[in-house]
Amino acid sequence: MVPLMRTYADAIAARRRQTALGLALGALALALACLGADVDIFVFWAKLGNFSSYFYRLSKLDTGAFVWTDPTEWYWGLRRWLGQLGETLLMAYLGTATGFVGGFVLCFLCSRNLVRSGWLRWLVRRYLEICRTVPDIVFALIFVVAFGLGPLPGVLAIAIHTTGALGKLFSEVVESIDMKPVEGIAASGGNWFERIRFAVLPQVLSNFTSYGLLRFEVNVRGATVLGFVGAGGIGEELITAIRKFYYADVSAILLLVMVCVMAIDLLSEQVRHRLLALEGARA
Amino acid sequence: MSALRDTLLAQKSDVVLRYPESFRPALWARLNVMLVLGGVIGLYAYALVTLDFDPYRILGGLLRLTDIAAMMLPPTPDGWGRTQLYFEALGQTLAIAFLGTSLAAVLAIPLGFLAARNIVGNRILHFTTRRVMDSVRSIDTLIWALIWINVVGLGPFAGALAIMSSDIAAFAKLMSEAIETADRGPVEGVQASGGSRLERIRFGIVPQVLPIFASQILYFFESNTRSATIIGIVGAGGIGLYLSEEIRVLEWQRAAFLIVMVLLTVAIIDQVSQRLRAAIMGTSRR
Repeated sequence: MVPLMRTYADAIAARRRQTALGLALGALALALACLGADVDIFVFWAKLGNFSSYFYRLSKLDTGAFVWTDPTEWYWGLRRWLGQLGETLLMAYLGTATGFVGGFVLCFLCSRNLVRSGWLRWLVRRYLEICRTVPDIVFALIFVVAFGLGPLPGVLAIAIHTTGALGKLFSEVVESIDMKPVEGIAASGGNWFERIRFAVLPQVLSNFTSYGLLRFEVNVRGATVLGFVGAGGIGEELITAIRKFYYADVSAILLLVMVCVMAIDLLSEQVRHRLLALEGARA
Repeated sequence: MSALRDTLLAQKSDVVLRYPESFRPALWARLNVMLVLGGVIGLYAYALVTLDFDPYRILGGLLRLTDIAAMMLPPTPDGWGRTQLYFEALGQTLAIAFLGTSLAAVLAIPLGFLAARNIVGNRILHFTTRRVMDSVRSIDTLIWALIWINVVGLGPFAGALAIMSSDIAAFAKLMSEAIETADRGPVEGVQASGGSRLERIRFGIVPQVLPIFASQILYFFESNTRSATIIGIVGAGGIGLYLSEEIRVLEWQRAAFLIVMVLLTVAIIDQVSQRLRAAIMGTSRR
């Protein structure tokens, strides 16, 4: 009994040592990160009050009254903001749709089960990787210089980033399909396009749509800040309001954005659930 | 095979007569598809017109873009001093991502338990936690950065806090889902041997969800590295500050160098974290 107990105690001690080592490493990394990020606990503590007081100021009109006591004064620019919000949504839609088409075309070219040529797959994969890794707002910064201010650079930035993100997800879907229908079409003499149209597409389309909708949700959120760099949408108005300390405007616009994003999320979730149900009924 | 195909094709009308339901065009399904496609394309055209997309402007912009791409080559930082500056900023970016992720994880764990249906029975508390998290999640990281800059001033600390704020909700949601799907067996075992409520959580649930949490934390660290590269655009520290500066003053070679740095860093972090995640999930499945 005693040797067994000793083995047990040793095993526990070894695990404890391992956990302690892991914790120490984590703490060290955290300390380094705090050093790197200029964290000053005392400043944070002293200024933490600013956080609540900032939200308190957000809830006050210029007159000193609370915003909800006078909604017409609070939402004085509602018509303009709704217009900009609509522009933001259209930007997200255009960018997502264009990126969807791009990802759709490219995903077949980098799927192992459809394309033999290694270099073509490699090339397309690297292209998608670059599109996906460079954040859309960096593309927007560059495009603003090339195309000028306005929604055009924003849409292009979203489109390129979406191509990268969706292309990768799509190719993963395509690589996991059942290959029997593809072989069937090939056996009856179908060419590459016919194989994709009649054997691959029916298997992947609902998945693609679902991913596209999910990306649309992400892009709506992203499009709200593209205006920060002059690429159109409601972000321009928001950053001006924040920088000039128009507190009531900031809270009004933020609330609009939140409601809009949450509504889009809910809507798209409904559609995605329906798609899943459709898929389940067919299977 | 081809002989069979030829005979089939020769008797095509006969075959169609014998199996009419296989050859009837699915009218309703087609109409539905047409309607949806028409709606999607119509909205696309409407958006193009409303946002005032001018083909000449697009063409001119594309030409300028090729010029810019040519000016980006070869990517160089122009001098040793600036290289050091860039690498410091890159380190700061990683620090922001790490700090933001850790803070979010630490704060999200209690929230995750609160939002899990099998831990907290109170439905009102459960519902409120979820809705508050939804609204926090709907605000982009850059907006959070602007808000935190007003609180703690310009600099990387505001960036870390912004990443924390935008991640807490998503984190808590994932964790609550992991807790909800946890196996009830161990919990009941602890209860049967007289464990208190806290002990049930500590010995029944925590060992099950810890590997999932760890892998989620790594995954968020990956995606936060990307967010942390842009957070400097609004002045919240990291490499984004230099990136936006160099683009604004049209120093394309330096901008390209920074972009390459970001690409490499993200690729390395992805690789490392993927390995670690695979290792963690592997040990959990043992």
